[in-house]
Amino acid sequence: MTIVSTAAASGPAVPPPRIDPEVPAKVAARNLNFYYGQHHALKNINLSIAANRVTAFIGPSGCGKSTLLRIFNRMYDLYPGQRVEGRVLLDDTDILDPKLDLNLLRARVGMVFQKPTPFPMTIYENIAFGIRLYEKLPKSDMDSRVEKALRDGALWTEVKDKLNASGLSLSGGQQQRLCIARTVAVRPEVILFDEPCSALDPISTAKVEELIAELKTHYTIAIVTHNMQQAARVSDYTSFMYLGEMIEFGPTDKLFTSPSDRRTQDYITGRFG
Amino acid sequence: MNPIYASRRRKDIIVRALCFVAAAFGVSWLGLILFTLFYNGLAGMSWQLFTQNTPPPGASEGGLLNAIVGSLIMTVIGVGVGAPIGMFAGTYLAEYGKHDRLSPVIRFINDILLSAPSIIIGLFIYGAVVVPMGGFSALAGSLALAVIVIPVVVRTTEDMLNLVPNSLREAASALGLPRSLVIRRIAYRAARTGLITGVLLATARVAGETAPLLFTALSNQFFSLDLANPVANLPVTINNFVQSPYVYWKQLAWSAALLITLAVLALNIGARLIGSERTAK
Amino acid sequence: MVCRKQGWGVAEMAVHSSAIEQVASHDRSRAMDAFKLGDRVFYWITRISAILVLVLLGGIIISLIVGSWPAIMEFGSSFLTTQRWAPSAEPPVLGALSPLYGTILTSIIAMTIAIPVGIGIAVFLTELCPLWARAPIGMAIELLAGIPSIIYGMWGFFILGPFLADTVQPFFIGLFDGVPILGAIFGGPPSYLSLFNASLILAIMVLPFITAISRDVFATVPPVLKEAAYGVGCTTWEVVRHVVLPYTRVGVIGGAMLALGRALGETMAVTFIIGNSFRISPSIFAPGTTISAAIASEFAESDGLHQSSLMLLGLLLFVLTFFVLAAARLMLLRLEKKAGK
Repeated sequence: MTIVSTAAASGPAVPPPRIDPEVPAKVAARNLNFYYGQHHALKNINLSIAANRVTAFIGPSGCGKSTLLRIFNRMYDLYPGQRVEGRVLLDDTDILDPKLDLNLLRARVGMVFQKPTPFPMTIYENIAFGIRLYEKLPKSDMDSRVEKALRDGALWTEVKDKLNASGLSLSGGQQQRLCIARTVAVRPEVILFDEPCSALDPISTAKVEELIAELKTHYTIAIVTHNMQQAARVSDYTSFMYLGEMIEFGPTDKLFTSPSDRRTQDYITGRFG
Repeated sequence: MNPIYASRRRKDIIVRALCFVAAAFGVSWLGLILFTLFYNGLAGMSWQLFTQNTPPPGASEGGLLNAIVGSLIMTVIGVGVGAPIGMFAGTYLAEYGKHDRLSPVIRFINDILLSAPSIIIGLFIYGAVVVPMGGFSALAGSLALAVIVIPVVVRTTEDMLNLVPNSLREAASALGLPRSLVIRRIAYRAARTGLITGVLLATARVAGETAPLLFTALSNQFFSLDLANPVANLPVTINNFVQSPYVYWKQLAWSAALLITLAVLALNIGARLIGSERTAK
Repeated sequence: MVCRKQGWGVAEMAVHSSAIEQVASHDRSRAMDAFKLGDRVFYWITRISAILVLVLLGGIIISLIVGSWPAIMEFGSSFLTTQRWAPSAEPPVLGALSPLYGTILTSIIAMTIAIPVGIGIAVFLTELCPLWARAPIGMAIELLAGIPSIIYGMWGFFILGPFLADTVQPFFIGLFDGVPILGAIFGGPPSYLSLFNASLILAIMVLPFITAISRDVFATVPPVLKEAAYGVGCTTWEVVRHVVLPYTRVGVIGGAMLALGRALGETMAVTFIIGNSFRISPSIFAPGTTISAAIASEFAESDGLHQSSLMLLGLLLFVLTFFVLAAARLMLLRLEKKAGK
């Protein structure tokens, strides 16, 4: 446990590390601390998530990577007893502002979950449902929006003949792509992926990874994964977290080939975690 | 054989036999009750039951039309009033009230109301509705049934919503859905079959309720749709006819009992079928 | 609203997206405002409905107290110790002793029969019954629990009462004739209408409840515990006696008390065959009455002090069942917590 004491070095005044000065930051966290009741789950996190890039968060389970992701759309607000300190900026808005309209925030920051979560309705309705929340569209426009979203989710060709089938009738991989399509349909700016492939087979995983690579042209993407190969394959930047701290953050190639921190190296070479 | 083991085995066999006898005993009661009910009830089955009103004392012709209609009306109003209230209250307990300190109290009180004697509900409605309204009425009877429906539906609604995986709520929230829509459009839909099951079971529960109607809806020998006055209904009709000296009335009581039992069994079996459909998915 | 074109370059995107976002966020906040009111309204509807459950309990207690107030004022504590029930005497004399006695006696007899049999059936269903028969028998028992009580009452009145009076009662009366105490308890002429007949019907009625709850709590026993016991060579009975019952004791007792709560307040199954007599007789074959039977048969035609006394009986019944049910729920809650861990 000596690791912990040495890691507490990062001071509060350090500006968020900006890896690539040319790429503007979409989301920036400053001196972010998070508590589950008494448990200090995130310790002084500083980072920027670059616009139109894929940023991956890796680390052993319980390191706080999912917790961090769930701050970006304030998902933790659903549960009492959780508390956050610091600042998180989405463009120029502080999303931790208690007065902020959470539903609007979540419409801007979409999320795809670990397990596929199709709603108990038809495939078409799964997509149209989110769109209808904010827009009144005539049937034909809605149809084309649904088609577009399903194409974006790389699912259109597989489901175009059974749009009225239940979303639950799809396979696990298709369900996950349906969830991605559903998220894309409401036109968010940022998409958060919380271990999106952990419940999928390798072929479905490959499809979702391909999709993530395509999506980054339009969206800023943050992905939490326990699979280091996946992080290496899909991300531009990678952050390694350990015991609630961000140990290392940098371009993915660099982090995986020449990590600067000993713990990062131990983790990516499989010595723990 | 080892004597200790032999005695253990003997004891085991005796207890097994006793359990078997108990099960045979319990199931045979059901068989016996259903048999006599069908035997006596079917004897009086005819179209007359559904086309004629309850006969005056001593008559040998008549049906149950007014009682059937009255029972249907009161059950529908009772469930119509009680089920939404119960569903909303159950929603509060499962969705909003998880961390409200009042919730455990409400849950506890609800569980007690769930098994409170129904005759007490009748007394309550008598004091709260019949006396202020100035007389017995179908409305009072319906409200008494509603009070019985509420705790049943609260319980099933909460249980069913608790079965909806949280990931579904999170996914809906992540799309930017306000809380009430997460509940109404997603959680309700995911729990739909369970919610319907709960309402069906509550309907079955009140369909044969007699005690709370004895002094709220009372009864009526004639056909009436007037909610402000006493209305005939199957359970109270049975109650009155069973204890009468007239053979034809007793026969009608058996027929009415068979009708109620069939309705209740159908509701129960329907609820179970819907429920199992959900688990099969 | 402008539709997004496919295949934008990244540079193009930077220009377009900001414009679109502004339109979008404007539209969205308007849509959001509409939701907000609905959100609050829905929250309060559910909250008020939940609080209504408490209001119902309060309403029941208040209306019973208000209704029984004249009787409380008139009779005070002597209500509990008076056996005489003479509503038309001048002045009326009304006492709860007989219905209280009948309520408690019938419930005790019913529970004495139903608890062992109910638990026996549950053991049979969970441990002994061949798998194919478990679902149908379990379902039959649950359906038995759903049959309205007036059907039991009617069946007891027409079928069970005569049967008991012609066969079972004469047998016991003959068996204990001349024996002190027992002779009195099982004495007197056989009767269609008696405390004993009512108790038996009550037992049949609560049997399915006890079985259903016991079966549910038996299911909370972790299979590994049972497997471990069978693993060291225990017989079925030993597993039940030393593993299942100790583990689920609290739940089984809770279930039994829930059934007791029902038995105490059961009305229609009892009213027809208890005889509605306010005389306390030492014999269980004599007619008697219970609180709920007294209310059911007299309330609609009562008024004044008579009605108020019936309300007071109702209040007594409510207090009695409230405590029994509360104890039952607390025990079941304890088991739930244990199972949740």
